[in-house]
Amino acid sequence: MYTLSNRFKIFSLSLIILGSLGWFYSYSASHLTLEEVKILLAEESHHGSHSDDTHNMDHQNEKHHNEESHHGDEAHGHEDEHAEHVLHQIHNRPYAALYVAAFFFMMISLGVLAFYAIQYASQAGWSPVLFRVMESITYYLLPGAIIVLLIAIVGDKHIFIWMDPEVVAHDEIIQGKESWLNKNAFILRGLIYIGGWSLYRYFSRKFSLAQDKAKDNKNFKRNFQISAGFLVFFIYTESMMSWDWIMSVDPHWFSTLFGWYVFASMVVSGVTVTALITIYLQTKGLMKFVNDSHLHDLAKFMFGFSVFWAYLWFSQFMLIWYANIPEEVTYFVTRIEMYPIPFFTMFCLNFIFPFLVLMNSDYKRVPIFIIMAGVIILIGHYMDVYMMIMPATVIDRYGFGIAEFSSILIFLGLFLLLVFYSLSKEELLAKGNPMIKESENFHY
Amino acid sequence: MGSSKTFHALYNDDDILLSAVKKIKEKHYDIEEVYTPFPVHGLDKAMGLEPTRIAIAAFIYGCIGITVATLMMNYIMIVDWPQNIGGKPSFSYLENMPAFVPIMFEMTVFHAAHLMVITFYLRSRMWPLKEAENPDPRTTDDHFLVEISTEKPVAGLKKLLKESGAVEIIEVKPKDH
Repeated sequence: MYTLSNRFKIFSLSLIILGSLGWFYSYSASHLTLEEVKILLAEESHHGSHSDDTHNMDHQNEKHHNEESHHGDEAHGHEDEHAEHVLHQIHNRPYAALYVAAFFFMMISLGVLAFYAIQYASQAGWSPVLFRVMESITYYLLPGAIIVLLIAIVGDKHIFIWMDPEVVAHDEIIQGKESWLNKNAFILRGLIYIGGWSLYRYFSRKFSLAQDKAKDNKNFKRNFQISAGFLVFFIYTESMMSWDWIMSVDPHWFSTLFGWYVFASMVVSGVTVTALITIYLQTKGLMKFVNDSHLHDLAKFMFGFSVFWAYLWFSQFMLIWYANIPEEVTYFVTRIEMYPIPFFTMFCLNFIFPFLVLMNSDYKRVPIFIIMAGVIILIGHYMDVYMMIMPATVIDRYGFGIAEFSSILIFLGLFLLLVFYSLSKEELLAKGNPMIKESENFHY
Repeated sequence: MGSSKTFHALYNDDDILLSAVKKIKEKHYDIEEVYTPFPVHGLDKAMGLEPTRIAIAAFIYGCIGITVATLMMNYIMIVDWPQNIGGKPSFSYLENMPAFVPIMFEMTVFHAAHLMVITFYLRSRMWPLKEAENPDPRTTDDHFLVEISTEKPVAGLKKLLKESGAVEIIEVKPKDH
């Protein structure tokens, strides 16, 4: 049985505190005045070789904004207006950074919940030894998802441009979507998603624990039923959640496979974290019942879902690239032109690296390879979420600075604290599960 | 070599076969071959066979496939007959690459799969019109056959085979073999 040591508590609490301090610093630093931004812009345009680049980007930016709001193009007013846009982007950054990190950790937890439900619904025989780890990771889901929703509500127009009534007043496309994209409906839907997921998580955990003490398989059967039901609920709400919480940051743009795409990210990060925590507990000698065949299977899922993610990423990209319809293709044009390095790095980290490292069957059983690939996958999927949110909120004023780093620290600390707290509550082996013997003897 | 004798031991259950193979290996007899009607999980490990190298072959074939696809599409679509399809850049492979990815993928899979099957057949010495090497047709139905060659005294081996659950033990004469 795992016990949460004081050192661990202090470590994760200090991550949270350090992150919060950093975030508040970046938040207060982002409160520039319009005059300060003008000075900043003037400085930037005097930067010699760099100026061309910046100017190009600014120009693009300008176009982007002119599309969204119809303003006059008088030369002087234009400059002021540009400075104001930059001011907004700089204001948006701490919110967006916080939102990216919050969503990333929530996504891990939600991915694990779906993976866990699949194990129950398919009555998989190999995985019950990992159930307690998965259940603990999903413990973060309720607080994590509520935080994401709160940031979305508090961040308001800093993250979701359609929450700004002024923008909507000038934008016919968003006006047409108002029946879906309005704040009350957004909150209501968010609560329904979170409520549904948490209800499943609560009962599934309850039945799973009750099964340990029970003499018959009633709890297991119930868990099977609610898992199957949950998966149906999940695939709808997950898709809608990804429209609401991610896709709507670019309210003009849409992609029909976006839900799947986010799901692939989710489940691959979730499986990776399950594998990493399992390896951590193994090195502590607490999960002797997990053998290298279990790790092998987790690594296979990491490999498989990475390829699945790449498949969906490419499907989305290629169709939009090929059709070349202006309102669709802007999504990738912004990203490739303004974020060339993170855009292509992200694809390499999420696809090529895990593909090559985890292809060999033997490597999938070696913890160090799983850890290596796992860390890269997690960095890659953080960047994936970053690439979805940032280009819509801070446009070209992006970077990886104090705001982003402290946001990760906050949620990493919270994630570790809650997950390991939950791990310390119960035995690490779901010993009452009817499949547990098969799972313990599982070998490939 | 002259004193070497070959035995065929028949079993009628895969679990019994597996434990028998382990016992025979423990006593250091050489198992020439095992004939089974279906793949028996874990048999290769019990027999002490080397791990398969077909995965390495598959990787190489995949690389060949993706190279073939790249060269082929470059020749067809860029060098030989560039076409204007939806205004896409038709004079650069790299800029037009996304359109070729499905073909590159398919050719990779195609080459890996087909060449792997052919390699497997050749490595197993199977080709068209080849006569079956199967010593006993019952192994295509419901029996498992272990072929053992030994220069040690025969009595011990026969006893071991009997104990391990063999339903039938046949001594094979050299000319039959």
